[in-house]
Order: sequence, then C-alpha cells, then structure tokens
Amino acid sequence: MKAKVHITLKNGVLDPQGKAVEHALLGLGFDGVGGVRQGKYIEVDLPKQSDKAKAKSQVEDMCKKLLANTVIENFSVEVVD
Amino acid sequence: MRAAVIVFPGSNCDRDIAVALEQSTGKPTKMVWHQDTEIPDVDLIAVPGGFSYGDYLRCGAMAAHSPVMREVKRRAEKGTRVLAVCNGFQIVTEAGLLPGVLMRNKDLRFICRDVHLKVEDSQSAFTAKYTTGDVIRIPIAHAEGNYFADQKTLDELEGEGRVAFRYCSPEGAVTEAANPNGSQRNIAGIFNKSRTVLGMMPHPERLADATLGGTDGRAMFDALVETLS
Repeated sequence: MKAKVHITLKNGVLDPQGKAVEHALLGLGFDGVGGVRQGKYIEVDLPKQSDKAKAKSQVEDMCKKLLANTVIENFSVEVVD
Repeated sequence: MRAAVIVFPGSNCDRDIAVALEQSTGKPTKMVWHQDTEIPDVDLIAVPGGFSYGDYLRCGAMAAHSPVMREVKRRAEKGTRVLAVCNGFQIVTEAGLLPGVLMRNKDLRFICRDVHLKVEDSQSAFTAKYTTGDVIRIPIAHAEGNYFADQKTLDELEGEGRVAFRYCSPEGAVTEAANPNGSQRNIAGIFNKSRTVLGMMPHPERLADATLGGTDGRAMFDALVETLS
C-alpha cells in the first residue's frame, strides 16, 4: 500500500512563498489568479500493510509526530493500493 | 559551571558557542554527538545554530527526534538550563520544549546582520546580567526566524513574562520597522514556564569578544556562570 500525504498551511497562517508565486503568476499575465498557497506532498510506501484503515491511522500518527507541524500545518492522508 | 554543546550533522555554530562558553567558564566544554544517548553531568546544555540534517522536512524537525534530544528533554524537565540559539531554537520548538514555530522570514530572504534587542525579562539565569529594558546589539543569521504561535499562546507568554527579547530600534522602540523577519509581536526569544529553557534566534556567542566587534552577548554567558556556579 501507499499513502499520499498532503501538508498545507492552516488558514490564517501567512504564506510568503505562496504570495511570491501568486505575484509571479500575475506578472506572467495569468489574470484569474486570486491566491496561491504552497504545501508539501509526501508518499509513504507501506509494503507490509494490507489493512487500509490501519495504514491510514498509522500515517496520520506519522504526520502528528514528524511529517507535519500541527501548530501551523494541516494534513490529509489518502491510502491507495 | 559545566556546559555541554550538542552537535548535529550540519551544526555550524557549535564551536563558536563552545569558545564563548569557555571564555566565561574557564573550563573545557563537552561536545555531545547527536547519536549519543547520554549527556555528561552538566549545568547547561547548549543547542547550537546551523543547518541540522540539512533543514530537511522543516528546520529542526529531524534533529528534534534524534537520540540525544530525548536526553536533552529529560534533563530540561529536571531543571538543567538549556540555551537554544537559532537552529537550536527551531529544534527545541519542534521537540516541544518551547511553544510556537519559526517560519520562513516574511520577505523570504536569509538575513545576516546585527539587530537590536530589548531585554524584556532579567529574572533568569540567562539574563541576570542585563536589566529589564536594556537594548543590546546581537547578530542574527537565519532564513526561518519568523516566530509564530496562536494568539492564545502569545497572550500566555506575555502574561507569564516569558518573552525574553524583542526586536527593537537602536533606541529601544519595538516597532514594525525594527522587526527583521515578521515575528509575531517582535519576539526574538522566549522562556519555558520555569525560565530554565531559553530559545532565541539571535546569536549571543557571535558578539562575546571585543575582537569581533562587541561584547553584548558575553553578559549572557557570564550570567550563567555566576548563577550556576
């Protein structure tokens, strides 16, 4: 199994990198851009795990302990075969 | 006072802080490798600046879970003083010894220059040689020093007098213009509840010798020696 983890900044936390990317996109003429938030995407391989629910809870635990800093970040975990 | 400095792969201020400590203590400083699980019996543990583990994932995140940090946490809980500077501050927040997080600087740049700090609290082993309200000059050198915590945590820190230093103008005015990195409420350094752990982004060890252009940082090491000897 494989877990796909998305880590994003919480609402209300300033994201200067996202802001810089937004400005660059507007500078390139992409007028429709209303905002950009930058995050992280992490894949975790779990070759020994066969139970989807267990895999999800295990990776959520990884997020809380290491992969995300929950003071400023949210995470979401999707498990695929 | 006996002191130990923790050394991670990527630490680069470990020797500077050891030199500054030895100048004040007159004794050799113990260097402790990140994979060690034991720390010698010391009065102060310094967690130095640098780029531990290459800043992978988030600054300080990997180092916070290294074997030696379990022992640092255990000692801190028993009251051993911990001085965490720059990357050290990032590490101890990730390890949960201090609240909040150091985010990317507001203007996204690495900033390396002297700043002025207002001493907010002189009632600790670290700051006893300063007077509350003093303005000191100390260098910063970081890309992730933008202190963030939720409003409740910030109010708690202020209410309990746990803000150690704030960025200010040379005259001591705590203003937006004097805030180099976007830190909430100009916070440059904070204490834990018992004032035995200090985390700060500026580097006191870099201005602790007149040859290097100033000695405002030396007072911190002298204060520690006086309090802990």
